[in-house]
Parts: sequence; C-alpha cells; structure tokens
Amino acid sequence: MIASLARILAILRKEFIQMRRDRVTFAMMLVVPVMQLLLFGYAINTDPKHLPAALVAPTQDRFTRAMTAALENTGYYDFTHPDATAAQAERLIATGKVAFVVTVPSDFGARLLRGDRPQILIEADATDPAAASGAISTLGTVSAQALTRELGVTVTPASGPEIVVHRRYNPEGLTQYNVVPGLLGIILQMTMVMMTSMALTREIERGTMENLLSMPVHAAEIMVGKITPFIGVGAVQMLVILGAAAVLFDVPFVGSVGLLLSGVLLFVLALVLLGYLISSVARTQMQAMQLSIFVFLPSILLSGFMFPFRGMPGWAQTLGEILPVTHLLRLVRGVMLKGATPVDVAGQFGALAIIVVLLASVAVFRFRKTLD
Amino acid sequence: MTAPLVIDVQGLTKTFGKRKVVDTVSLRVAEGEISGFLGPNGSGKTTCIRMICGLLTPDAGSGTVLGLDVRRDQREIRRQVGYMTQRFSFYEDLSIEQNLQFVAGLYQLPKQAVRDTLEDLGLTSRRAQLAGSLSGGWKQRLALAACIMHRPRLLLLDEPTAGVDPKARRQFWDEIHARAATGITVLVSTHYMDEAERCHRISYIAYGRMVTTGTVPQVIAGSGLVTMTVDTDQPGALAARLRQAPGVEQVEPFGTALHVTGTDAAALEAAIRAEGAVPRKAETSLEDVFIRLMGQSADNMK
Repeated sequence: MIASLARILAILRKEFIQMRRDRVTFAMMLVVPVMQLLLFGYAINTDPKHLPAALVAPTQDRFTRAMTAALENTGYYDFTHPDATAAQAERLIATGKVAFVVTVPSDFGARLLRGDRPQILIEADATDPAAASGAISTLGTVSAQALTRELGVTVTPASGPEIVVHRRYNPEGLTQYNVVPGLLGIILQMTMVMMTSMALTREIERGTMENLLSMPVHAAEIMVGKITPFIGVGAVQMLVILGAAAVLFDVPFVGSVGLLLSGVLLFVLALVLLGYLISSVARTQMQAMQLSIFVFLPSILLSGFMFPFRGMPGWAQTLGEILPVTHLLRLVRGVMLKGATPVDVAGQFGALAIIVVLLASVAVFRFRKTLD
Repeated sequence: MTAPLVIDVQGLTKTFGKRKVVDTVSLRVAEGEISGFLGPNGSGKTTCIRMICGLLTPDAGSGTVLGLDVRRDQREIRRQVGYMTQRFSFYEDLSIEQNLQFVAGLYQLPKQAVRDTLEDLGLTSRRAQLAGSLSGGWKQRLALAACIMHRPRLLLLDEPTAGVDPKARRQFWDEIHARAATGITVLVSTHYMDEAERCHRISYIAYGRMVTTGTVPQVIAGSGLVTMTVDTDQPGALAARLRQAPGVEQVEPFGTALHVTGTDAAALEAAIRAEGAVPRKAETSLEDVFIRLMGQSADNMK
C-alpha cells in the first residue's frame, strides 16, 4: 500500500484535536520544558559558593583574621559562626547548619612568628563530597597568600601552615555514601506518589468510584483504606534499599535504625497523601502519572539529591524546602552517616510533620463525597 | 394512589456549566411500584437518578426519598437505596464473590448475606469467576446482586439492561417484578419500549423536562394519536408520498406494511385513500408516542 498524505493528515488532525482536549497533558508539554530549563539553567550549580562555616579560634589574632578574611574572599566560605567553641562547632556540622569547621589553634600566631608550620584544621561535611571539593581545593594557596601579606615574607603552600583536612562522615569522599541514602528518598518518592495517585484514579476511570460513593462509606475511610497498603509497600521498599546500601554499597549506618524508620514512615505518609491529592485532580491514570512526574522532577533536582542544595539560589532553596524529599535526605544522611540524635533531626521531623498535616487536610477537603 | 410515596420530589434542577441538564422535574413513585423512566440519550435521566439517590446535590428543588430529605440526608439516602449504575462499576479483577464480599463489608452485612444473595440470584456456581470475564447478562446480575444485598426498600436502576441479550433481559425483569411484589419500589430508566410496557407507570423526560407521566394506556391515550396500517408492495415509495400528505405525522415501515400515525383520524384516512390504498385501524404503540414527544420537545427547545 502506498502511503497517502491525506491519510497521514487525517491522523495528524485527530492527534492535534486529542492533544488539545487533554488539558493536563497539554499543560505538561508546555510547563515541563520551561521548568527543566529554569531549574537546570538557574538553580543548579555544581560548584556551590558561600557555604556556611564555623570558626573555632580561641585567640582571634591578626593572623586568624587574615586567614578567615582570605577564605571568605574565595567566595566559598561564609563564616556564619565566627566565634564558636569546639563543642558548638561539632553540633553545627552534625546538624548540617555549617558545611565547614575551621579550627585555628591558640598558639597559631606564636608558632607562625617562630617560623614553625602550625596546623589549621578544616573539617568538611563530606556527606556530599561534591559540594565541598571546590572549597577544599583552594585552601593551600589562599592561606599562603594571606600570610605572605601579613608576615611580609613569602609564604608558599609548602612552607606555610599545614592545612589538615578532615572529610567528616565520609573520609574517602565516596559518592555512594551520598547517593545511596538519597536514593532511598528518590525511589520511594517515584513509586509511592505514582502508585497511590494511579490506584485512586483507576477507580474514577473505570467508573467504580460512582459505585463506591453510592455506598455508605466515608471519604476518610476510603482514603485510609486506599493509602494503607501503599505504606506497607513503602516499608518493604525501604528495607530493600537499606539492605542493598549495607550489603552492596558498604554504606555505613552509624545512627539509630528506629529513628530512621520513623522518619521514613512520616515521609511515606506525606508521599501517599501527595499521590492521593494528585488523584483528586487527575481524571485519568495517564494524567495522574504525568502529574507525579511533574512533582518528581523538582524532587530530584532541587532537593539536594543530584546537585548540592547550598549551590542553589535562594528562591530555589525555598522551593526545595517545600519538598518532603529535601527533609528526608537531610534526615537519612544525618542518621545514617552522622549518627544524628533525635534532637539533631527534630527540624526535619517537624518539617515533614507540617507537610503531612497540610497535605492531609487538603486531601480530605478535596475529596468528592458526591459526584458534583 | 393509596400507597405511601417512596419518591416524592418537586422541581429538581441541575445545571452543569451553562447547560441545564435537569429542569424542574417532579416525580412521585408509590411504594411497590415499578416506575419507568424514559427519554432519549442525554435527556437527564442519569442526572435525575443521581440526585434522587444522593450522589448529586440539586441546584433547585426539594422533596423526599424514603421519607428522607434529598438535600439534607444524602448520606442516609445512599445507605438505604440500592443504586445500579449505568456502566458496570464493579472490580473486574475480583471474582463475583469477592465483589459481593467487598460490598457487604461496606454495608457492614454479615457473611451470610453474601451466601444468601449468591443463592438468591443463581450466582453460587459462578461465584469464583472474575467479574471481568462475565458476559453482559451475568455482569448485570452481579450488579443487581450487589445493590439488593443490603435489602433496600428502593431500587434505582440506570439502564440496567443495556447490552444484555433478550433472555437475560426477561429474567432480569422477572426478578424485578418478584422484588416489587414484596413491596420494594423500583425506578428504572430504559430505552426499550417493551421494558417500558412492563412498568406500572412511566415518566418521559426530554431535554431535562418531564414531558408526560402515567400508566402506558394513559400515556398513549393522552397523546391523542391515531395509527393506521397500510399494506403495500412498494413501502419505500408509498412512505415517501404519505409523509408529504396533510394530516400524516409519522410513517414507519414494518415489513411490507406501513404504520401511519397522525392526530386526526379522518385526515389520515383521506390521505391514505388518496394514494389508492386501504387503511386498517391499528393500535398506537408507545414508540409512536415517544417519537412524537421527542419531536415536539425538540421543537420547544428551538
């Protein structure tokens, strides 16, 4: 059979009509590229600057000041806690409030003047090794230059103070330490939201919702009944990923398992509610899937999973804070790699709880009790 | 009407967007009655039924269903009626028995209810079959089973026999009549004239408005139509000529005969005789009445 232009045109015309009718798909086709463009173009920065740092320097002499000024001038360091004690600094890095702790010993100036090579300790939060690498690489030359100016004699990285770098929580700078715990959040997000949203949309698409609504069952009962199995699925997925993390990737687990489990459970609850919410908007399973992907995209890009969270501009960080996965990533990395205590991750729990409450109230409100 | 009214609604109105789908429809159905709900596609039958069973809130109008307020007591109405949707709306990947167990669970019925219902509707032997693999007739039987299991006093059936073969349809109607005999009230929407004739009373709705209501003979008599049949060996040509003749409203070929319908018997007879044919007096069918009603309501909408 010879191809006919008329037949192709007939199909083309039909496709365009259908494309225009399916508003959600059409919107997705327009919005997703713009979203990707903005996120990739503006939000993502693999070489983050202005990372918060704490300074532990008992004697804040001119050499210390020169050092910190030079470090800040690189653009990488931002001394948000310039006068911390060692204990305070430890907590700051454990909770993720700072990315670096710079410790200048009290006899730094004296030893320098004596011509010794005093040590400066720089502890980097290496749970995300990529985020810290740029800042670490500049250290040697920067400190040498700063001290040359201050002492009036040439100081080279070889003759200047000895800079000791501790990659905390991940001494070898292994990427999988960062990626595998992150994957826990991403995989759960991907499957939970999509499965839940599709399971409910299926009822609407197949007409069984009308029947369900005509029977004596409460909206909340339908919601709880539909959601619970997926929480179970989420629990199984979590165990599989954690098992793989330990067995296949040798990711350390220094924190409390119970703490991690309860955090993940809260996260799964948020995801399932999100899926439920999507299903109250989507008319078909196809739309539900598209909307799930729409939420998924920023969850990978803006959560700090793929690219350093601190590298993003303020607006993107704010957007990232809204995503449940952002808080889960911090929680999982905190508990698994840093051995965070409940107090350390209270902020993440709080954020997830707020998200859950908000989603649950909107979900109950959105549920169609009648077919109106 | 001495029996109490199970459905008593007045002025039901529902608008979707700019379209008034149901426009001031009033309906009264007495206990134990089988009430037929007729009308062309898109006339508002389903919307009406959904308002009566508490799935849709009327924009205007009021009334009671089983003594419950259609606006205020929607949840209780839903609990007490048995509603069978137009589209098969059970889980195709569940067996008959599993579907019924699911429904029984929602109505908080004892396990025995499922067994009784399976037995009652002759589904016991097929209870393990997946709903998706059932033929139209069996699917409909499952749907009926599910909506009568909680022993509702009112059944709302939305085109229950669409796509069902004649034998299954007959069995279905026997089932409905048996239920009605025990005092259950039934409101059933349908397209089929033979089914309409099986109802105690019928209501005809077109373009969202109630056009006529009454028993079948009442509706036929109320239409004022007269029908005559003409035998001919050229039904096509004669029908075309008769349609142009004064006093003739409808000409429908039935094999080698034509059913000619009009409102004026004398004019009708004259028109047929003018063609050199012999008219025979015939009964006006419900279908003739409905075709005319449909035409009239379409004119009213213009």
